[in-house]
Amino acid sequence: MLKINDLKVNYGGIEAVKGISFEVPEKSIVTLIGANGAGKSTTLRTIAGLKKPESGSISFLGKDITGTDTSSIIAQGITLVPEGRHVFPDMTVLENIKIGAYLRKDSLEDDINWVYDLFPRLKERSWQLAGTLSGGEQQMLAVARALMSRPKLMMMDEPSLGLAPIIVQGIFDIIREINKQGVTILLIEQNANMALHAADLAYVMETGHITMQGAGKDLLEDESIKAAYLGKKKA
Amino acid sequence: MSAMTLIQHLLTGISLGGAYALIAIGYTMVYGILRLINFAHGDIFMMAGYFMIFAMASFPWFISIPITLIATVVLGVLIEKAAYKPLRSAPRMSIMISAIGVSYLLQNLATYLFTALPKSYPEVPFLKRIFQFGEISASLVTLITPVLTVVLVIILIQLINHTKIGMAMRAVSKDTETARLMGIKVDTTISMTFVIGSLLAAVGSILYFTDRMTVYPYSGSLPGLKCFVAAVFGGIGSIPGAVVGGFVIGICETLLVAFGYSTYSDAFTFLLLIVVLLVRPTGLFGEAVTDKV
Repeated sequence: MLKINDLKVNYGGIEAVKGISFEVPEKSIVTLIGANGAGKSTTLRTIAGLKKPESGSISFLGKDITGTDTSSIIAQGITLVPEGRHVFPDMTVLENIKIGAYLRKDSLEDDINWVYDLFPRLKERSWQLAGTLSGGEQQMLAVARALMSRPKLMMMDEPSLGLAPIIVQGIFDIIREINKQGVTILLIEQNANMALHAADLAYVMETGHITMQGAGKDLLEDESIKAAYLGKKKA
Repeated sequence: MSAMTLIQHLLTGISLGGAYALIAIGYTMVYGILRLINFAHGDIFMMAGYFMIFAMASFPWFISIPITLIATVVLGVLIEKAAYKPLRSAPRMSIMISAIGVSYLLQNLATYLFTALPKSYPEVPFLKRIFQFGEISASLVTLITPVLTVVLVIILIQLINHTKIGMAMRAVSKDTETARLMGIKVDTTISMTFVIGSLLAAVGSILYFTDRMTVYPYSGSLPGLKCFVAAVFGGIGSIPGAVVGGFVIGICETLLVAFGYSTYSDAFTFLLLIVVLLVRPTGLFGEAVTDKV
């Protein structure tokens, strides 16, 4: 569905992504794991059109979208839930949900009900300002907002960041649920354990390169992954 | 001073304040979305004065007014595209300096094209009609300015709170990158802000100059600065703030003149600026911005 080929991206004068290639198959959950500064966020931001790549190509559903502007990438069915959630704090929960559907001209009612069914907490807080929500609720709102564009591919940048473990579990349950409903997921995480459990396919990124790939379950068993990302000593 | 003369001066002050408010909104909206003090805004207001003079030379007022509004909007958007858009990712100081440059450019262009001599502002006959209420007399423009200002502000606030483009403006001014992720076209939204700001400046210009009768190339600089102060006083970024600021400055200035302190009427505005910056830098309705680390 999404194909990245030899992508190179500069960030603040240094090469943050040094020629990576990977694929996201349709209806799957794919994760990119890796340490801070490995280039994961830059990769997602480039796919979303927020950054222009130096070279390489990105194709989505067989169409080349390299260097296209964000607005048309969103229109083609890609969305990004940004790191740190970035809900609009001065807008109500409902306005945040509506703005997620900014490019759509059809009726939003069914989809608003759909995201409210996924996140009943948000329905209760529909008229509250988003800035008054807890971190976990803001993350739910950021996901709900992203879903309103009816994405085919939802990219998520560190959805577990700064959240309590029980909330993180809830977020991952929702990610699986959304995936079951037909949305492909590309997830980047520092919480490798959670991500690998959820993922059909995983890539490990280190300082701008992809160093390993495989099924999520297989990487969970890999000794070097265990040592580097799962906090377990090599046997 | 009798109560009647006081009311007379208050009327004048409220009217001047309305024109100031319309101009101040342009400063505050552009600041809200770009974090830029658009120093050229006062000069856009001045150019609107000349547009009206030239339009009225060939057309009746009901055609001249739309021409003036459209020409001013085109000028405002052109300035944004030519002088500010290329600097979008540059440090904020660069775009500020570019704005100062545009301000001088417009003043000199006006001097070159129209000479530095004041040109007389055309009279729109119905605006100059005098109404008499007992001892108080006022022209229609004096009465219409505050009403029109309030109506335009109400429309503007509805637009910002209840339309898609308004939603986009709020989103871009809060968090440009996330707005982009929603599919919002940031450049279009910024242009729209300049459209509204310039349109209101043009309306303000017609109301202001109809009362003042002449336009010259520096006509925009002092009113521009005062309206900037009005926006800061109200809390820059806040539309109701800019309106309140505009009225406060317009009324105070007129009353100072009425009480015989006309020498200090301009100084008052800047004294107000200093006091606001010292006592309450965020202005009346401004929100304290906490920089996240």
